Amino acid sequence: MDLNALTQCVASASCLLTQTFNALIIGMLLFLVASGLTLIFGVLKVVNFTHGSLYMLGAYIAFFTYRATDSYALAVLAGALGVALFGVILERFFFNRLYKSNFLMQLLMCYGWILLLDDLMLLIFGAEFQSMGMPDMFARPPVIAVGAPIPVFYIFLIAASFVVAAAVWLLIAKTSFGSKVRAAAANTSMTAALGINTTMLYVAVFALGAGLAGLAGALASPVRSLVPGMGFSILIESFIVTVIGGMGSIGGALLAAILIGICRSFGSVGMPFFTEILVFLIMAVVLVARPNGLFGKPESA
Amino acid sequence: MTKSEAVKGNIAAKRRQLLKAGASIGAASALGFPSILRAQSKDPIKLGVPTIMSGRVAQLGISATNAAKLEADRFNAAGGFQGRLIELVVRDSKGRPEESGRLTRDLINSDKCDFIFDCEASNGAFAVHEVVRDTGTLCIHAVSETSSLTADPKLQIPNAFRTCRQGAHDAIVAGEYAAAIAKQKNYTKWMTIGPDYAYGRDTTEQFLRYLKHFSPDAQIIGEAWPKIFQPDYTEFITKILQQKPQALFTCLWGGDLVSFIDQANLYGLFKDIEVFAIALADYTTISQVKTMPRNVHSGTRYLAAFPNTKENAAWAAEYAKKYKDQPTNWSWQAAAGMNFLFEAMRKTNSVDPKKLAEALRDMKIKSPFGTKGELVMRPSDRTMVEYATGWGKITNKAPYIVDAKMADWNTIYELERQWKKEQGWA
Repeated sequence: MDLNALTQCVASASCLLTQTFNALIIGMLLFLVASGLTLIFGVLKVVNFTHGSLYMLGAYIAFFTYRATDSYALAVLAGALGVALFGVILERFFFNRLYKSNFLMQLLMCYGWILLLDDLMLLIFGAEFQSMGMPDMFARPPVIAVGAPIPVFYIFLIAASFVVAAAVWLLIAKTSFGSKVRAAAANTSMTAALGINTTMLYVAVFALGAGLAGLAGALASPVRSLVPGMGFSILIESFIVTVIGGMGSIGGALLAAILIGICRSFGSVGMPFFTEILVFLIMAVVLVARPNGLFGKPESA
Repeated sequence: MTKSEAVKGNIAAKRRQLLKAGASIGAASALGFPSILRAQSKDPIKLGVPTIMSGRVAQLGISATNAAKLEADRFNAAGGFQGRLIELVVRDSKGRPEESGRLTRDLINSDKCDFIFDCEASNGAFAVHEVVRDTGTLCIHAVSETSSLTADPKLQIPNAFRTCRQGAHDAIVAGEYAAAIAKQKNYTKWMTIGPDYAYGRDTTEQFLRYLKHFSPDAQIIGEAWPKIFQPDYTEFITKILQQKPQALFTCLWGGDLVSFIDQANLYGLFKDIEVFAIALADYTTISQVKTMPRNVHSGTRYLAAFPNTKENAAWAAEYAKKYKDQPTNWSWQAAAGMNFLFEAMRKTNSVDPKKLAEALRDMKIKSPFGTKGELVMRPSDRTMVEYATGWGKITNKAPYIVDAKMADWNTIYELERQWKKEQGWA
């Protein structure tokens, strides 16, 4: 532990800005993935372990599109929409059978899809890692603010993530679709009894959740090595975010993701060998103090 | 005819039948057995190949088995061994050591493989080693770079040989080269970043040991230890930026190294820092780095231009033509292993494992991968030496390495001897 280094960093404007920026980089991407996961659980009550593979799928679709068109914008769009469409197929033909089944059946289905998607990427793109490379518009020197270098690409990534977060919040909080989603999350049978087509609602929610994972994969692809199985690491972190934030809470996911970003970022300065433990410690403390997460709601009887 | 005459007649008849049957069998044997024998002698010589063919390091198994097949096909096209062809029996352990051990036993017991051609990474290789220690099967380790596999006397067995590079050798070569550059450019402040597992820790420790040996002024002002396969290196990059080293050593490899370079470029990390990346100089890695750091050096894993000979270039071209891909470090090592085995067969005119092991012990073979056109099996620890190894500056364009410095094996031997003494192994 090096608390001196941590104190010095906090006291230095450039270090403070750098580490805060790091926290946002780490946190916002994590939020995009976790928000989809928490949305799917909140409404459909499905613990979607395939979510990391959907992130991987988004990254590969973006990589393929970028190679074909040389356009990062198209690549991101293709990643998000492609995975959303895949989410529709996944929900309609497979996951809709899980809503009344137990957790083990959900796990089995999800694990099967993880293996299938990993092998599909292996067959199509090969076992070797792929690298998209930085699009030209972002391949420029970092912006220097108060002595701290801030990469242009990461400014874009954070801004895009905030825009998406705001859009998702507006959709859920301020639109009629959102109110139906919240109603279905609270009480599915009553919502259906009111004449709302919960089947289509479920498809839309799953597609949105999957699309968010695909978007995260596509956005991050210029700075990631694409390899079959890459979704696993982000899946674990997404679950930590979802558990800390509260299953089903988008706001909770945002706060938890930023909290983890701060842990990793400032933790690497003050306690570089305990950063991972710190994250799990926070999860443990939150679960003890608030078993349903920071903003989670207890399950109704 | 009396009763006794009838009995005698029957016995005689039975004897004639027996003689006829015996003669028939004898005739059939004279005609049939040679063809049976011929059929047996035409059985393939089976090499069991436990390796990693899936997951993140699938390229290890794929490129190693490709090269092994290239050499096997060449050997078979020339008639094999007395008409017997080499057959590779490849099994995927998925990088799990417990699978490596189990698969190796299956290859020996169920698949009846004659030899084990081990293309496992280090954890798996130790598991394979214990199995062949048990069974006595002749084994060639063609991939594992962990020195103790052959350097530790407790692990040395008469039936196991290594035909690949070693971490200890690489560290000596890297340290000497890096110290020379540091002296030239007056660098004293170093940092390291490496994956936090056995290979990363050992390789970094060994590099620093030899860096300080050749450059006593070197100060290590910080270390960074990301997890293996960590997707985001931001916190480590900013740490390095803050500490401002003059030189950075990294043993990140494969996709991790590419991600690190891509992410670090966003911060302009390499503007004023000279990088020494021990695992960069493989085609598969170099070709994925879109913006190579301005001043980056690497050890030669495998490049067609190192050694810069017609033979090496021809081998690389043959591999590329057959597999539509470039050979890797694992490829040349597997090719070397196969060639050692074939040369032992030719020399002993046998496939008897004991005779082959005896022949392999101090074997020298002509090879495009040797420092002086030759690879040598060192008898004291049954490990390959005199392979071409060196460092140079890396670029994105062919031949990918410039100002390459071939290592001096006398220096390697001397320092290796000292290291083994310290470990209690010499």
